[in-house]
Amino acid sequence: MSNHTEIRWHGRGGQGAKTAALLLADVAFQTGKYVQGFPEYGPERMGAPITAYNRISDTIIRAHSNIYDPQYVVVVDESLLETVDVTSGLKEDGAILINTERPKEEIIPHLKGYKGAVYTINARKISMAALGKYFPNTPLLAAIVKVAQIMDKDTFLREMRSSFHHKFSNKPEVIEGNMKALEMAFEEVH
Amino acid sequence: MARRDRLSGNEAVAEALRQINPDVFPAFPITPSTEIPQYFASFVANGKVDTEFIPVESEHSSMSAAIGASAAGARALTATSSCGLAFMWEELYIAASNRLPLALALVNRALSGPININCDHSDSMGARDSGWIQMYAENNQEAYDNMIQAFRISEHKDVKLPIMICQDGFITSHAVENIELLEDEEVRSFVGEYKPENYLLNPECPMSVGPYSVTDYYMEAKRNQAEGMKHAQQVVLDVANEFAGLSGRKYGLFEAYRLEDADRAVVMIGSAAGTTKDAIDRLREKGEKVGLLKIRLYRPFPAEAIAEALKNVKAIAIMDRAEGYSDHGGPLGADVMAALFRAKSTALATNIIYGLGGRDVRVEDMEQVFKDLQTMIVQNDAGDTYRYMGLRE
Amino acid sequence: MTADISKLGLKTKWQDLTEGMIIAGSGTSAEFMTGEWSSIKPVFIEENCKQCLLCVPVCPDSCIPVHDKKRTEFDYDHCKGCGICVKACPFGAITMEGVN
Repeated sequence: MSNHTEIRWHGRGGQGAKTAALLLADVAFQTGKYVQGFPEYGPERMGAPITAYNRISDTIIRAHSNIYDPQYVVVVDESLLETVDVTSGLKEDGAILINTERPKEEIIPHLKGYKGAVYTINARKISMAALGKYFPNTPLLAAIVKVAQIMDKDTFLREMRSSFHHKFSNKPEVIEGNMKALEMAFEEVH
Repeated sequence: MARRDRLSGNEAVAEALRQINPDVFPAFPITPSTEIPQYFASFVANGKVDTEFIPVESEHSSMSAAIGASAAGARALTATSSCGLAFMWEELYIAASNRLPLALALVNRALSGPININCDHSDSMGARDSGWIQMYAENNQEAYDNMIQAFRISEHKDVKLPIMICQDGFITSHAVENIELLEDEEVRSFVGEYKPENYLLNPECPMSVGPYSVTDYYMEAKRNQAEGMKHAQQVVLDVANEFAGLSGRKYGLFEAYRLEDADRAVVMIGSAAGTTKDAIDRLREKGEKVGLLKIRLYRPFPAEAIAEALKNVKAIAIMDRAEGYSDHGGPLGADVMAALFRAKSTALATNIIYGLGGRDVRVEDMEQVFKDLQTMIVQNDAGDTYRYMGLRE
Repeated sequence: MTADISKLGLKTKWQDLTEGMIIAGSGTSAEFMTGEWSSIKPVFIEENCKQCLLCVPVCPDSCIPVHDKKRTEFDYDHCKGCGICVKACPFGAITMEGVN
């Protein structure tokens, strides 16, 4: 991966985009990177469009601005494609990752002519299969780690397992489901 | 041994407070500082600290309780933001005038109105004349380090004044970044035990606090209070020196970044300083002599040292993250310009209002500021006394 | 700096005030002469006094000392001249100019 990666997350309040950005910062930190993970707060209500950001770098990060020209964009909720300019500033040599049940060909026309790589993942299907509930951020986290080549799959899964053991210490029964969601996402993003 | 970790600014301050293990922490929640007492309450519930945590019904009460605790002889603090600070207004003056050492973890947020939850410095800037020491942070690391140094400064026998440890709401308070933490024992031995000379709960020598003062004494009392502020700069430096020995991280009254040979400088406070450093590095690569003076200690104001650090600069942009409504610029602008005047500076200086209510500051914005300073030099004209950055007009 | 409040006065310099004007120590009000505040003073007429001591507890400034179960002369260093003792005395043993 490049020396400095910038990622922008688009989601709706309550979908866990902020949590996903913080988890990504967490797991990248575990591999020795300098990281930033932060949300941009607008109106505080469920369903409002929200943005979260990641900077991941080999060198110290000092900038405290939002990210306007990301290498990668993650769209947690595809309905945002119609209301938010998700590809704004997105680098052509970067990529956009979209959570959708539709085939990629149907999504591309909604990307305002974005020329870079487009990845899709059906996070709902994965989440329902692995967890029995709809938590899109876990599959999307694995997918962006793969797309942005943040780290290799084995390292990622190992770090996430240890993170889940810490996070879910009082409900270990959810760990395997989350691990399964991550593994499935790693395979199914394309 | 330092521990590498990744924490938000609020987590970092809460972690510092866990390590300090203060005696009393009264708190009332308000965005974006709520997480500090929230995390701390979990430390209390899990037995990680011995602190008396007091949930109160307002910020007026949280500061009052902290004042009472401090007068009683306890090491006390609270946390707040914005309107919460405004609701403590009277108590801020009570704490300072009674020379009570205590701390306030302030997470800077715009004051109403319109109602806004995001960062600017209008809350703490309004409290700049309340007699509190004010320290600001660029990032989570500085917020943590300042919090650990806070009580040493506040409780110092030559100072005995309350201290406000400020960081930028959301921008640093809610951003997870890398951080180096000290070990618990290191922090506890650095901060030490609080041994007040006089305190209410001393049965050997009961104390009266909070006097009424008639005109005959009031002015002498205020001058006496100012004496603590006069000593604060040296104490801040001494504590920073000792802290550097412990942590390897050096702090002063301010940070001068690539300023030594700069012909243009920005003076500012808080998280946008990091963004400005990136702009400076970009411009330096093109051979431009630009630098930054980032204020750490704002009250007391190290006027002479700031003027000295800026003595070779030809043009200065003083950046205020608060409107002063003086029609003459913001508070930092007024302070820095007064310092420059006293030092007989001939630099061209302007005051820029920026970042109100969380308005973002980009590297490109700061490059433009340095470009504008260059124009000022070429035209030998500082232009308007104050102006806005990032404003739609 | 001193906590000696007996030294407080119109010539006290700021350097001589305590930090925060705190007063460390108990019972220091005895050192602060409030007797000068009054324009009129009570007068104790001993021959009328039955030593009922009704006047003693009503004095807001504890200015009626009691020795051997008998009240003695007023403490004029601290008496502010409020006249409550005059009202309390059933025997006309305390008088005050302007107060009956």
